[in-house]
Amino acid sequence: MRAPTRYVVIVGCGRLGAYLADGLSRQGHSVVVIDRAEDNFRGLSSDFSGFRIVGDATESAVLQEAKTRDADVFIAATGEDNVNLMVCQVAQKVFGVRQAMARVSDPAREDLYRQLGLATVCPTLLAGDGLLRMVGKPEQAADGRPSP
Amino acid sequence: MKALIGGGRVVYFLARAFLAKGHGVTIVNRNRDECVNLARRLSATVVCGEGSDPHVLAEAWADTAEVVLAVTPNDEDNLAICQLCLVCFGVPRALALVNDPDNEEVFRKLGITAFSAVRVLSTLIEERTALEDITNLIPAAEGQVNVTEVLLDEEAPVIGTPLQDVALPPDSLIACIVRSGRALVPRGATELRLGDRVMLISLTSNHGEALRALTGHKV
Repeated sequence: MRAPTRYVVIVGCGRLGAYLADGLSRQGHSVVVIDRAEDNFRGLSSDFSGFRIVGDATESAVLQEAKTRDADVFIAATGEDNVNLMVCQVAQKVFGVRQAMARVSDPAREDLYRQLGLATVCPTLLAGDGLLRMVGKPEQAADGRPSP
Repeated sequence: MKALIGGGRVVYFLARAFLAKGHGVTIVNRNRDECVNLARRLSATVVCGEGSDPHVLAEAWADTAEVVLAVTPNDEDNLAICQLCLVCFGVPRALALVNDPDNEEVFRKLGITAFSAVRVLSTLIEERTALEDITNLIPAAEGQVNVTEVLLDEEAPVIGTPLQDVALPPDSLIACIVRSGRALVPRGATELRLGDRVMLISLTSNHGEALRALTGHKV
């Protein structure tokens, strides 16, 4: 039986990382967020109840400190594709995390790593496809909501 | 052709060494000024661009490389470069430099051969400076096994002890003794003597302990 709360490790506390950390923390999950720059933790909301670790996640010592081995979910959400791809593979193949996911902005690289068995999300393609859909529906307003 | 990806003096001197041996060399570097400088000083092909970008690697004819060395200062870039070259471009061999010594092991688990300059240097320095009577350190089996020659001096606690009574840790073995210029393969009853040079084979995990047992030095 799955425990109601899950242990989630997030690498990168930029806009995406902070959004995920806040959301998962609010849902009652146990969250640890790692970032190289302490200043970036200011992006977290005041009710964020998880842990913050200042460090470079490409050092496995930092992932160990975050108890990655015990994580149910691992999300690599920094702005650097290669960092995300590396830490996600390390979480999956070295620390044995079942659900490890990476943000990959370059569609060409995303395709390759999906072939290698990594769970990836490409924000470029998501935004691009969303915008393309809106271009196809000119009656929608610029903010994405249908016009009255 | 050998492809070098990265910058700094490492890339310059590696390229120079390969060229001197008659190999073709392609260098990929993201800094335009450094590229201009490298192209002036070396008869290598220089491609300016991000080495982990598949388009740049295609431009550098990565698929014709027999070996790729990823020596950028960022471990994550070196991993991506090696994986791209092996998987997408079918390069037979790709090696990565890692900065964090722990990443040697991590990369190995991800199927990439990596070496850490920090580890190589620190091992050399520790072994050479702490123990000048210990020589010929040969790491074998990717560093898992050490073959070391140890001189037994006056401080060695094992002098006069039969080999079977020497408290060596597990996974270590004295394979050979050089005594007065003659090599002998010892048995359990063989006594160790002052001035013996013993050939110690040990797993890296027990190497320090085995050296301490033989020499009495604090390693």
